[in-house]
Amino acid sequence: MTDPGQSGAPPEAGSPPAAAVGPQGQGMTHPRQTMLDQGWRRLHPLSPLVRSGRGLVAVLALAGLSTSGVIGGGTGTRWYDLALPVLVAVAALVNWFVTRWKVDGVTLRIETGLLRRDSRQLPIARIQAVDLVRPFFARMLGLAEIRVRLAGSGDADGRLAYLTEAAAFALRARLLAAHHGLDPATPEPAESVVASVGTGRLVGSALISAIPLAVVAVAVGAAIVAVTPGGLLAVGAPLAWWLIICGGIVWRRVSTQYAFTVAVSPDGVRIRRGLLGTVAETIPVPRIQAIRMIEPLLWRPLHWCRLEVDVAGRLGHDHPEGTGEVRKALLPVGTQDEAMRLLRVALPAAGGWPALSPPPRRARLKAPLSYHFLAAGHDGMLAVAITGRVRRETTLVPLAKTQSVRLVQGPLQRRLGLATVHLDAAGKRVRAEFREREQEQARSLVGELATLSRSARRQASLAAAPPVPPGPGGDDGPAAANGRDTAVGPVTEEPGRQAPGGSGGSLPRTSTGQAASVASPVNASQSEV
Amino acid sequence: MRRAEVAAAGGAGAVVAATAAGLTLGPVAAAIAVAVVLAAAVAALWFVRNRFRSWVYQERDEDLIVERGVLIHRLSVVPYGRMQFVDVSAGPIDRIFRLATVKLHTAAAASDARIPGLERDEAARLRDRLAALGEAKAAGL
Repeated sequence: MTDPGQSGAPPEAGSPPAAAVGPQGQGMTHPRQTMLDQGWRRLHPLSPLVRSGRGLVAVLALAGLSTSGVIGGGTGTRWYDLALPVLVAVAALVNWFVTRWKVDGVTLRIETGLLRRDSRQLPIARIQAVDLVRPFFARMLGLAEIRVRLAGSGDADGRLAYLTEAAAFALRARLLAAHHGLDPATPEPAESVVASVGTGRLVGSALISAIPLAVVAVAVGAAIVAVTPGGLLAVGAPLAWWLIICGGIVWRRVSTQYAFTVAVSPDGVRIRRGLLGTVAETIPVPRIQAIRMIEPLLWRPLHWCRLEVDVAGRLGHDHPEGTGEVRKALLPVGTQDEAMRLLRVALPAAGGWPALSPPPRRARLKAPLSYHFLAAGHDGMLAVAITGRVRRETTLVPLAKTQSVRLVQGPLQRRLGLATVHLDAAGKRVRAEFREREQEQARSLVGELATLSRSARRQASLAAAPPVPPGPGGDDGPAAANGRDTAVGPVTEEPGRQAPGGSGGSLPRTSTGQAASVASPVNASQSEV
Repeated sequence: MRRAEVAAAGGAGAVVAATAAGLTLGPVAAAIAVAVVLAAAVAALWFVRNRFRSWVYQERDEDLIVERGVLIHRLSVVPYGRMQFVDVSAGPIDRIFRLATVKLHTAAAASDARIPGLERDEAARLRDRLAALGEAKAAGL
C-alpha cells in the first residue's frame, strides 16, 4: 500500500511541491517573498505593532495619565516613563526580526529567538486543528494569525502572528491539504454550512445564563436594603459592579460566539465566529476525541443545548478572543435537531444512538440527586454517558478514540454493589463515565469496552490506509515536534492523485487524517463508513 | 519487602518523635509519643500491606491490566497501542531495596497504570516489553 519510494524519504528531503506558485526563494531570509515558495519567510512587518499593540496602548495611556497628573501627583514626564513602552516595542521588533517560518514537504518549521534560538518542526500529518484568528486590531490592518495545534503542544507553539489575510488563507489551505495527503497546492475545498446560530438566540442564551448571577445580586441587594433601609448607598456600588460584571460575561460570550457557523468540508469541521475579532477553526473530523452535549437547567425548557468537542492538546495560557481552549464549542446554543445533525457530521463512524440504560435503583442511595439523568450505553463504535443534574451532560466518546478503560469502586459503592466505569479519551478530563453500574455488569463492561475499542481502533486504522510506521515515542507523542525522525506517511505530491477529479477542489479528501498518505480507493471508501 | 519502607519510616518517625517529645516534655511524654507513633506505624503497615497485596497487574496480548486499592478499588485497562511513554522511577528507599516503579502514560491524563515496588530487573523487563509492544501496536490519536 505504501509507496516505497515515498515512505522512506525523510521529510527533509521531501522535494518542494512541484506546483509551488510564485517566485522561488533566493536567499534564506529574504524578507519580502510571496507565499508558496519554499524559502524561509518572515511574518508581516506590521505584526510587532499588532502583537504589542494592546499592551503598548495601555502603557502609553498610563504614561499619558501619569504625565497629565491624573495618577501619581503629576510630576511631569520623566525619561523612564517612556522606557517601558520603548522596550516593549523594541522587543517586539527584535522578535519579528528573528522569527522566520517555512513549510517544507511535511513539516511546518518556525524559528524564533534572538539569544535562545528556538526551532520548531510541526509535522503536518499530526495537526489536530488549524485556527485562523483575527483579533480586532489585526483585522483592521488586514492581518490574520495562524495557529496550528498538535497533540502535545501548548498554545504558543504553532503560532504564526501575523500574516496577511490572503497568505493566512493560503497557508491554511496548504496545511490542510498536506494533512490529508493531497498535493499542498490543492485549493481549499468547498464547504457546506451545517448549522448557524442566530444573534437573537445567542443573546438570549447568554442572558438566560446570566440570570442567576443577576438575580442573586438583586436579591442580596434587596435583602440588605430591606433590613437596613439606609443601606442602599453602601450596597449600590458593589451591586452595580456585580451587574456590570454580569454584563461583561454576556458581552464576552456574545462577541466571541457572534455569527457562529459550522460548516463541513473535506478538510474537516470549520467553525467561524466572532464579532470584533473573528476566529475560524478547522478540525479534521478524525481528530475529534469526544463530544459533549450540555443542557443547563435554564435552557432545558427551551430544549436548547450546547455542543463541545474535545481535541487533543494542552490548554494554553493566552486566550486572545477566547480561542485558547482545546475544548471547542461546536455549537454554543442550538436546538436538539441541530445538535443531532452536527453529531452525525462530527462522528461519522457512529451508526446511531446506542441504547442507554439507567443504573440500578439502589444507586439512588449513592447519587440521590444525579440519579435522575444517569444513564449510559454503548454500541460497537460509540459510548454515550449522561451525568449531571443541574447541568445535564451527555458525553460521546468514539470507541476508536479510547485511551484506557478504568473501573473505580469506592467504599460506599462496594457496599451497594456498584461501580463506575470510565472510558478515557485523550485530554485532561475527557471521559465518558458509566456511573453506578451493577458491579458484575461493570466488570464485564470493562472487558467488553476494551475489546470493542480495540476492534474499533483497528477498523479506524485500517481505514486510515497504510499503517503508520511507529515513530520514536509513539505516534502523536507529547511535543511531537521533531518531524525529522518520525517516519510519518509522507505527503503525497504526485499530481496524478488530482487528475481523476479534474479540479482538486471538488475531490473529496480522504478524511482519515492519521497517516497522510495515499489511500487506496477501497480504504478511502471504508473511511467514510 | 515493600513494607520495609513503611517500617523504616515508622521507626524513624518514632525516634524523631521520641527525641522531640523527650527534649521538650520529659521522658514520660517521650514514651507516649513512641507508643503513639509505633501504633500509627503498625496501622499504616497493615494498610500498606493490604494495599500492596491488592496491587495486581497482568500483561495481556493487547493491553495491560492494573488493579489496585483497598478502600477505593481501581482497575485500569490500558491498550499497548495507546501508550505514549513509559516511566521507570525509583526513590531513595526504593533504591535501597532495588525496587522501581513503572508508570504507563497515555494521552489521557486520567489513565492510571502505575506499578510500584517491582524488582529492578523485572521493572526493566516490563519497561522494555511495554516499549516494544507500544511501538509494535502504536495507534494514533
